[in-house]
Amino acid sequence: MEAYINLFIKSVFIENMALAFFLGMCTFIAVSKKIETAVGLGIAVTIVQTLTVPANNLIYSYLLKEGALSWAGLENVDLSFIALMACIGVIAAIVQILEMVLDRFFPALYNALGIFLPLITVNCAILAGSLFMIERDYNFTESVVYGVGSGFGWALAITAMAGVREKLKYSDVPPGLRGLGITFITAGLMALGFMAFSGIQL
Amino acid sequence: MNFNEEHKKVLVEPLVDNNPITLQVLGICSALAVTSQLSTALIMSLALTSVTACSSAGIAFIRNHVPSSIRIIAQMVIIASLVIVVDQILKAFAYEISKKLSVFVGLIITNCIVMGRAEAYAMKNPPWESFLDGVGNGLGYSLILITVATFRELFGSGKLLGIEVLPLLKDGGWYVPNGLLLLPPSAFFLIGLLIWAVRTWKPQQVEKAEFTIMPAHGEAH
Repeated sequence: MEAYINLFIKSVFIENMALAFFLGMCTFIAVSKKIETAVGLGIAVTIVQTLTVPANNLIYSYLLKEGALSWAGLENVDLSFIALMACIGVIAAIVQILEMVLDRFFPALYNALGIFLPLITVNCAILAGSLFMIERDYNFTESVVYGVGSGFGWALAITAMAGVREKLKYSDVPPGLRGLGITFITAGLMALGFMAFSGIQL
Repeated sequence: MNFNEEHKKVLVEPLVDNNPITLQVLGICSALAVTSQLSTALIMSLALTSVTACSSAGIAFIRNHVPSSIRIIAQMVIIASLVIVVDQILKAFAYEISKKLSVFVGLIITNCIVMGRAEAYAMKNPPWESFLDGVGNGLGYSLILITVATFRELFGSGKLLGIEVLPLLKDGGWYVPNGLLLLPPSAFFLIGLLIWAVRTWKPQQVEKAEFTIMPAHGEAH
């Protein structure tokens, strides 16, 4: 149990997707102007990440990994090279299904998340979650914990960023730095803050 | 395969005037993550430029035959196949660097430059122009990546491509390396400053302020 809590803390703070690995940066910079939209996107990313990482874990360990097809009598087949294609396919499919399910059963949530869901397919934090899971050889339970943690960490980072930017628009920034430039510098300072978590272990 | 003024414009414009990173805000993730060493940045630039160029050309070839409702999937399949090829080539011929780049080669699939150019340019233009547009945007990306990586490696560890340039104090030289440059936050600062420099040079890229501060009373008189 302790190992899972440790993994969760690690994926939220120490290995924060946005601020330590720079993943999902494009949306992180583009959609962090208002707190409400940032929270909406953060929730959507957390949900999708929680679903896709375990799903990809199952597909990888029972279909693609070297020797994974031994139940079908194919001991020497190694399909791990198509893992990239499989992961992105699974992500696109899950996002599509999630969109339809939300539309049918939770229209209020669907309207709130609406435009963000399709965007998530090309959010690299999602694909990276699955690829890190493969690279680090997580088992199924670990992959669930990692999925929740990394999604939540990203949501936390974008919400904090939106909070800073809402205040930042009232400040007098030099013309060349206005907009994108100062956003990068702010993100750098936040990354510096998150680095204080490194080394924490339970 | 002719090459006229128009083609030159397509190729050169993304370098500074319409740079994918500093102006279009595309493909930032990997720009930040692989720049702590020059060698990884070079390989990453090469990989991304070739994928963008080939995928743009490929997508432009089939642009008139794909119904718009499934175009995203079609683009994804082309891009993902090219990335798998690049990944396998790197694993075969540059294993060390491919280990260092870890998931970032795979992440070219979701790199917004590739998708962005496919959607914005390749779906509307013939293959040869799209190819050049892909090369141009890839080079614009490479330019930023290489600049940032040169700074980080030179001042962070006193080396370039692993060869010692500034002799370090601990090895009997004179240079005290700035460890901060090897850590993630420095990439944000460097790109922020780079954007500032580019926009000071080209003031038309400056963004409009959302909010202007009123002059204090009496100042206007």
